[in-house]
Amino acid sequence: MIELQAVERRFQVGDEIVHGLRGVSLSIADGDYLSIMGPSGSGKSTLLNILGLLDRPDAGHYRLEGTETTTQDEEARAGLRQHHIGFVFQAFHLIPRLTAAQNIALPMTLAGVAPAQRERRVAEVLQAMGLSDRARHTPNQLSGGQRQRVAIGRAIVMQPQVLLADEPTGNLDQHSGGEVIKVLEQLNDQGITLIVVTHDPAIGARARRRIRMLDGAIESDQ
Amino acid sequence: MRTLDLISMTGGAVRGQRMRSLLTGLGIAVGIAAVVLLTAIGEGIQRFVLNEFTQFGTNLLAITPGKTGTMGMSGAVVSNVRPLSLEDADAVRALPKVRAVVPMIQGNAAVEHASRSRRTMVLGVNGEVPQVWQMHAALGRFLPQDPPRRARAYAVLGSKLRDELFGTRTPLGERIRIGGESYRVIGVMASKGQMLGFDLDDTVFIPVARAMAMFDRESLMEIDLLYTPGVRADRIAREVHTVMLRRHGEEDFTITTQDQMLDVLGSVLDVLTMAVGALGGISLLVGGVGILTIMTIAVKERTAEIGLLRALGARRRQVLSLFLAEAVLLAVLGGVAGLVVGAGGAWLLGWLIPALPTHLAWDFTLLALVVAAAIGTLAGVVPALQAARLDPVTALRDE
Ligand SMILES: Nc1ncnc2c1ncn2[C@@H]1O[C@H](COP(=O)(O)OP(=O)(O)O)[C@@H](O)[C@H]1O
Ligand SMILES: [Mg+2]
Repeated sequence: MIELQAVERRFQVGDEIVHGLRGVSLSIADGDYLSIMGPSGSGKSTLLNILGLLDRPDAGHYRLEGTETTTQDEEARAGLRQHHIGFVFQAFHLIPRLTAAQNIALPMTLAGVAPAQRERRVAEVLQAMGLSDRARHTPNQLSGGQRQRVAIGRAIVMQPQVLLADEPTGNLDQHSGGEVIKVLEQLNDQGITLIVVTHDPAIGARARRRIRMLDGAIESDQ
Repeated sequence: MRTLDLISMTGGAVRGQRMRSLLTGLGIAVGIAAVVLLTAIGEGIQRFVLNEFTQFGTNLLAITPGKTGTMGMSGAVVSNVRPLSLEDADAVRALPKVRAVVPMIQGNAAVEHASRSRRTMVLGVNGEVPQVWQMHAALGRFLPQDPPRRARAYAVLGSKLRDELFGTRTPLGERIRIGGESYRVIGVMASKGQMLGFDLDDTVFIPVARAMAMFDRESLMEIDLLYTPGVRADRIAREVHTVMLRRHGEEDFTITTQDQMLDVLGSVLDVLTMAVGALGGISLLVGGVGILTIMTIAVKERTAEIGLLRALGARRRQVLSLFLAEAVLLAVLGGVAGLVVGAGGAWLLGWLIPALPTHLAWDFTLLALVVAAAIGTLAGVVPALQAARLDPVTALRDE
C-alpha cells in the first residue's frame, strides 16, 4: 500500500523556485497497475523518484506499507529501496563490464546475499525473462529489448512489492517495447504493484488505472 | 556486501579499463621500484663498507696520541702530549680482558733486494697482528713473538711487494734492505686487496721498535688491542682509560672503540639510504597524484552507475568503499609490480656489476608496499567521498 498526502517538491533554479509537484495525494493498492502520462516537465519523473525513495518531498507525507518514510534517514530509506522497490529506467542503466547474470545479481550482491542463493535466484529470473541463453553476455552483446529485460530482471530479483518504470520503452522500437510491456504486465499478474510512466498513449491505455499529470499536479485519475 | 564480492567488483572495474589501470599503476610501480632498487643499493653499500671496516676483526679498540674531539684544541696541547710508548702497550696488555695488543707505527721507506728497489709502506708491528687484525701469512709465518726491544730483524712482505721484488721465486730466507738496514724475509701475507684507497698488499711488516728507530720516532702512532668477545666496549674502554691516565697523568690520548666507529659510520650510511629512499618516495607521490586524477575521472564517468547503485539500495558507505578499494587496488597492483621490477633490477645489477653490492632492504621494501597502499587510500579518499556524496536522482540523470 502506497499513500501520498499533499506531497510538495520544489526545486531551486537560480533565484527561481520551480514546482516539481504541487500537493499530490495518491493512494495505490497492492497489486495495482498504474500508468502516469502527461506532457514533458509535468512532474512524472519527480513523482516516481519520490515513490522510489530516491527523492524526498519538501512537504506532505509518504507512507509505504504503513511506514512513514519522510522522517526516515538515508540508511533506512536505502534499506526500503533494497527490499521493497524495483526500478526500470529508460536508459537501462546496466553496468557494461558485468554480464547479464551479474547485472541481475547486483542488488543481491550489494545486499550481501550468499553466492549459492544468489545463483539460484538469478537462474530463476533469467528463465522468467527468457534470457537463460544470454546469462554470460555483456550488455553490448544484447539487443535493446534484451537489455531492458535484464534491467527488469535486476529490478525484481529482490522480489519487491513495487515496480517503478520511467519510460521503459522510450529507447525501444515498437516491437521490443511491446514485449517489455508484456513482461511487466506478467509480473503485475503475479501480484507486483506496477507503475509505468509513458509518453505512448497505447501503452498508457493498457493500465487499470490511468493518471494524467499537468504542471506538477494530478489532472485526472481514472 | 561480502568482501569477496567487493574485491571482485573492484577488480572488474580495474580490468574494465585495462590500459588506463596499467598506466596508473605504472606511476606507483616506478616509485616502488625506485625505492626498492635504490635502498637495495644503499643497503648493499652499507654492508660493503661495514664489512671493509670489520675485515680486520671485531672487538677492537684503538689508542692514539693526543686528545681530539674535545673543544678542538688538540693542536694547542700537542707540546704536552707524552709519546705513546711500548710500555703503554705492555701496560694495557696486562688488563685481564685484553687478549692481544699491537703497537703500531707506519712510514714509507725504500725496500731493496738484489738490483730491485721499491718504495712502500712500512708497518712497524709485533707478532700479534694475525690475532688482532685478522691478517695471516700465506707463505712462511708472521713475525715471531720476540721481546719488543730485542726483536730480530725479520720482515714479512705484502703479496704485491713480494711480486715486485721476487716475481715468482720464493722470498723465504732471502735478505732485503729496508731503509738501509738488513732484514730476513720470513713470510708473505695473504692478499688483502685495497681498503679505502690503501693498497694493503704493497707493504712490509717489521718489528715495531726497529721501525721507530728507522723513522726516528719516539711515539707509536696507535695501539690496537683485541678484547675478549662478549665484554662491553665501553667497559673495556673505561679500564684502558684508567690505566693510560695513571701512566700519563693527563688525558693526552684518545680511545676509539670499533663500536663507536661503526656507530658513526652506520648512522652516516643510514642517512644515505634514507635520502635515497626519500627520492623514490617523491616518485611515489607522483604516482599517488596519478591515482587521484584517474579516480576523479572514474567518478565523473561512472556517475550514472553510482546513481544506479544507490537506487538498488547501496549505502553511501558502500559506494565509498567500492571507489576507495579501487584506488587501493590500483596502488597495490602497481606496488607489487614495482617490487618485482625493483627486486629483479637489484638482482640483475648485482649480477652485471658484482663490484656494486646490492642487498634487498626488506624493511624498506615492506614499508614501500604499505606506503603504496596508504597512498592509494589517500588518493582515493577525495574521489570516493565525492562519489558517496552524490545525490542519486542527479547522478542517475547523468549521461
Ligand atoms: N533536479 C532538478 N532541479 C531543478 N528542476 C528540476 C529538477 N528535477 C526536476 N525539475 C523540474 O521539475 C519539473 C518536473 O520535472 P520532471 O518530473 O522531470 O518532469 P517529467 O518527468 O514529467 O518530464 C520540471 O519543470 C523540471 O524542470
Ligand atoms: Mg521524465
